Amino acid sequence: MFPLLLLLCLPPALAAVDCNTEYKNGYQVRLSIKTALGDQAYDWNESEMFLFRATIAFAMRKFNKTEAYEVSNIVVCNQTPRVSFWFIVTSPEDPAQAISKNIVEQAVRESRNRINNAFLLTDKSLEFLGIPPTLAAPIIPATPPWLIVFGVVIGAVCAGIVALLVTSFVKRRREKKAKVVPEEEDQAKGTDKAVTGETFEDRNGVYNLGFADDDRFTQL
Amino acid sequence: MGEQDVSGRDGDKLERASSAGDRPKWDNKAQYLLTCIGFAVGVGNVWRFPYLCQIYGGGAFLIPYLIALVFEGLPLLYLELAIGQRLRLGSIGVWNSISPYLGGVGVSSMMVSFLVSVFYNTLLAWVLWYFFHSFQDPLPWSQCPVNENLTGYVEECVKSTSVNYFWYRETLNISPNIETNGSLHWWIIVCLGTAWLVVYICFIRGIETIGKAVYFTATFPYLVLTIFLIRALSLPGATDGLIYLFTPKWELLKNPQMWLDASTQIFFSLSVAFGGLIAFSSYNPLDNDCEVDAVIVGCVNSATSIYASIPIFAILGFKATSNYNSCVESNILALTNAFEIGDSNITHTNYDDWFTYLNRTDPVTVSQLDLKECDLQTFLDQSASGTGLAFIVFTEAVIKMPGSQVWSVLFFVMLFSLGLSSMFGNLEGVLTPLLDLNMVPKWMPRELFSALICLVCFLMALIFTMGSGNYWLEIFNTYVGSVPFLVIALFELIGIVFFYGTERFCKEIEFMTGRRPNLFWKVCWMGISPLLLLVVFLAYIVVQVQTTPTYPAWNPDYVNFPRTEVQPYPDWVFAICVLLATVPVLPIPIVALYRLTQPITTRQPANDNTTAFSERQIRP
Repeated sequence: MFPLLLLLCLPPALAAVDCNTEYKNGYQVRLSIKTALGDQAYDWNESEMFLFRATIAFAMRKFNKTEAYEVSNIVVCNQTPRVSFWFIVTSPEDPAQAISKNIVEQAVRESRNRINNAFLLTDKSLEFLGIPPTLAAPIIPATPPWLIVFGVVIGAVCAGIVALLVTSFVKRRREKKAKVVPEEEDQAKGTDKAVTGETFEDRNGVYNLGFADDDRFTQL
Repeated sequence: MGEQDVSGRDGDKLERASSAGDRPKWDNKAQYLLTCIGFAVGVGNVWRFPYLCQIYGGGAFLIPYLIALVFEGLPLLYLELAIGQRLRLGSIGVWNSISPYLGGVGVSSMMVSFLVSVFYNTLLAWVLWYFFHSFQDPLPWSQCPVNENLTGYVEECVKSTSVNYFWYRETLNISPNIETNGSLHWWIIVCLGTAWLVVYICFIRGIETIGKAVYFTATFPYLVLTIFLIRALSLPGATDGLIYLFTPKWELLKNPQMWLDASTQIFFSLSVAFGGLIAFSSYNPLDNDCEVDAVIVGCVNSATSIYASIPIFAILGFKATSNYNSCVESNILALTNAFEIGDSNITHTNYDDWFTYLNRTDPVTVSQLDLKECDLQTFLDQSASGTGLAFIVFTEAVIKMPGSQVWSVLFFVMLFSLGLSSMFGNLEGVLTPLLDLNMVPKWMPRELFSALICLVCFLMALIFTMGSGNYWLEIFNTYVGSVPFLVIALFELIGIVFFYGTERFCKEIEFMTGRRPNLFWKVCWMGISPLLLLVVFLAYIVVQVQTTPTYPAWNPDYVNFPRTEVQPYPDWVFAICVLLATVPVLPIPIVALYRLTQPITTRQPANDNTTAFSERQIRP
């Protein structure tokens, strides 16, 4: 009878794994609800703690698909008004045995996003001390955006240069043709007006009409 | 006297009419004024003047600044605009006409303009780089990049800041010292090419295209500054920055360094001695009132500096306040976590009370936390000028403002416009003398010649795209952009006052504008300005000689990283510095000696085919 009573007492005693003595397998959690949410901050109470334990149990189940973790497997202690506390995860088969730190870390990292969202918090406001956040892989677009802007700018500038050069060239050709025509007319009419076509190109000075060389072209 | 004037003016009408057909001219006065203002107003007005104002005690700095403007800046401006307008040539032709012995002044102007063009456009290339990157969300300099195994951020970035990392590593990819050249960086070359193409497109048809471009480049910065002013004044901490900027510290007036810096700032800010202003005014009609122009350009330039420093400092005040708040918040977090106090129980307002209470009850833990000393004054004192202001300090402020992309785009387009309009003057100081001297072969059209000059400048600027490029740019900025200009301006004044004669010069101006310059200008030209310039020049040399030349290097392996490592210049680099400062001014004595040694019989009179001094007009 007596040994039977002892046996009955043992499991509950064994089940009460004190996370105070199991620090090496536990993690400290720190929440900054008021800083993160401001006016919409909720109070931290027993229900919230239950949700936390449930999400950790969910994370463990997701990671270790064979084991069926329960809320009772997540043991919490050392709660402070900060809000921070320690938790350890116990095995569902043997509540006296704590799950090793590495496995807990991997499980939390895998489901970090879900845990954060359950509390409307981020990696910074829901800290697992010792578990570094998995930084989101940077989105590398196929073409860096700056090259696109560069392409637009340089396309516009090159188009402008080509347009200006072409119009200058066309204008110059037109002016040359226009100069040739009155030159021929002068020749034909036999006036003694000086030919002024060439001198527009001459930057060296002012063409003085008084010194026009009108003997250059013979009159018809 | 009156009849002589009238006949002089009538006789010149033919000259004016025919020569006006040869030389390009401005469409209207507004284009000319905007171009000159755009040339004078550059990036220095935005990122050098506010810094000087800050370190020299705000309002007090305005006194030597305005004195230097009135007695040094305006007379030089008037002088350059007048001789350009009268002689209607670029800098080389102008000084050849005034006196054959002074031809070297023009050549020096051209050489310094060329060297400044080369490095100035590299600044614009960096501005373009930041502009291209402003179209992303989030801005690339707001976060550190993650390292390869996605566990943390790149170490160099964590130790300094994300803004510093983006500038020094991702933009410049800077080498740890000036001797390590590194490789050419293709991304900067691409931006540099774009900057030169933009400059070229504005230069294609000379002042025809420049005149149209300045309608935008000279006015847009003012619009952006106003927008920033309105926005900045509503930011928290803006008033702290403004009070800090404008509180005068009168005792600094006794510091001669302050007067020296004010004089040099006015001088370099107005862009005299580049030859660009002479070139621009040479396209003017002969009877343009250059006195009013000079006063307008000078005053607008200074007013712009003062106007620009208001939003800059409002934003810097905002940044200092943000940094201060972050500092206090990190302290609060440390205390909250260590003592497990309720979240958000410690706030900015009761921080001091909590701190004293905790320090009293548990000083050991508090000292172990290594709390930072947060002082708003310290953050406000973190001043920066030049590229540091634009690419580090301001970009950091921008990421804290809502709608960062818009502000970033506006800011960098503004910087680009400011720089572009200054580039017009820089290149014009190179192109116009070469074109006037007929050094261009007849078969080469102007467009091709401009393209060649731009290409040569681009190829030379490839030095600045290497790993050590930023260090070389600082060298160019310090040594080319300082002493040569002082020397050239001094010789310009000496040339007019002693070689040409102030009376003769005043008569020329009277011939042009119809009224003689009054006593103030004469006194300045003959006495005050050359004296001031000489004092500034000598003081500058003395200061430079006394300080050993060093430069701040960004070295991630440095013990005190992220502070910059102050390293001395190696000997060969210092030799290059001295060369850069002296070679551009060598043409002055060389040309003078050359002309002196020519036999008197073969000495040609000044080439006056395109010019007509009023006295020669009257002679038969």
